[in-house]
Amino acid sequence: MDRLNVNPTRMVLTSLKKQLRVAVRGHKLMKDKRDELMKRFLDLARENKKLREEVEDSLEEVYQSFSIASAVMTPAMMEEALMYPKQSVKLTVGNRNIMSVDVPVFDFETETAGTESGNVYPYGFANTSGELDTAIRRLSDIFPQMLKLAAMEKEAGMLSDEIEKTRRRVNALEYVKIPRYQETIRYITMKLDENERGNQTRLMKVKDMMVEDAVLEKRERSEEAYAEYAAKG
Amino acid sequence: MAKIGVIGDATSILGFKAFGLEVFIGDTAQEAVHTLRRIAGEGYGIIYITERLCKDMSGELENYVRQRTPAIIPIPGADGNYGVGIAGVKKSVERAVGADILFGGDN
Repeated sequence: MDRLNVNPTRMVLTSLKKQLRVAVRGHKLMKDKRDELMKRFLDLARENKKLREEVEDSLEEVYQSFSIASAVMTPAMMEEALMYPKQSVKLTVGNRNIMSVDVPVFDFETETAGTESGNVYPYGFANTSGELDTAIRRLSDIFPQMLKLAAMEKEAGMLSDEIEKTRRRVNALEYVKIPRYQETIRYITMKLDENERGNQTRLMKVKDMMVEDAVLEKRERSEEAYAEYAAKG
Repeated sequence: MAKIGVIGDATSILGFKAFGLEVFIGDTAQEAVHTLRRIAGEGYGIIYITERLCKDMSGELENYVRQRTPAIIPIPGADGNYGVGIAGVKKSVERAVGADILFGGDN
């Protein structure tokens, strides 16, 4: 693992240590976030799969009813019957925050234009067949499920996106950033220790030299004194 | 107030019109992409697209995954189920987990 390109000084070492602490802390938080997201996502995905299968099955039934209806009625009549919708659907998009992922919450409201009856059929019964009624009723029955599916699928998509991002961050921290910091810190520590040892030996050497000088001087002086003493007799 | 849109071929989506959704008829993926681009910024909360069209416009749909709205949801059309919707669920699982663990890898 390559280390960062920095000067091996004490100041850099301190700041690197601080950065390493932040990175380790960040890594732990990210990892927790990833695990929690994953837990939620798996439940959601399982539910999503089930709901989608249900919706797809019931939609198939709806299409079947429609094709039966279109077999009984002429296409022109059918189109005419469905052309002008009586009710309108209003969708409210709310917000839900899951581990700082903003996912939408859908809520819908239907408004029926004609007040006289509560049904959804946008046509009179004279020219249409009962099969069309069945089809429309089935559709309106499964619509809440379709809405739930939309919200759930969006949520799953966004969560999986977020999980992917978080996982990348975790891996980048775990396998690149943190080892790099550690390596650099070790490098600087070793470099500083090496300097320290070099300094130590130098000091010892200097001290040795000074001691030698002092000893020599002392010896000289005592020899002088001895010579003097001998000369005096 | 958001709207709900449906894009697909006429036979599949006429019923949705009766139910009060905004319906856009498109018979090819190209038309659908066109319609989608036009209406994506117009405050639609959900856009359902039939699977037959979806399977040829996956590149375009990718762009909307990260956005909060619109949620683009594939639904089977009258001409049958192409498995695009389930494939989408599967794909999001694969992306999150790194492996497909819900579907047993058999489909």
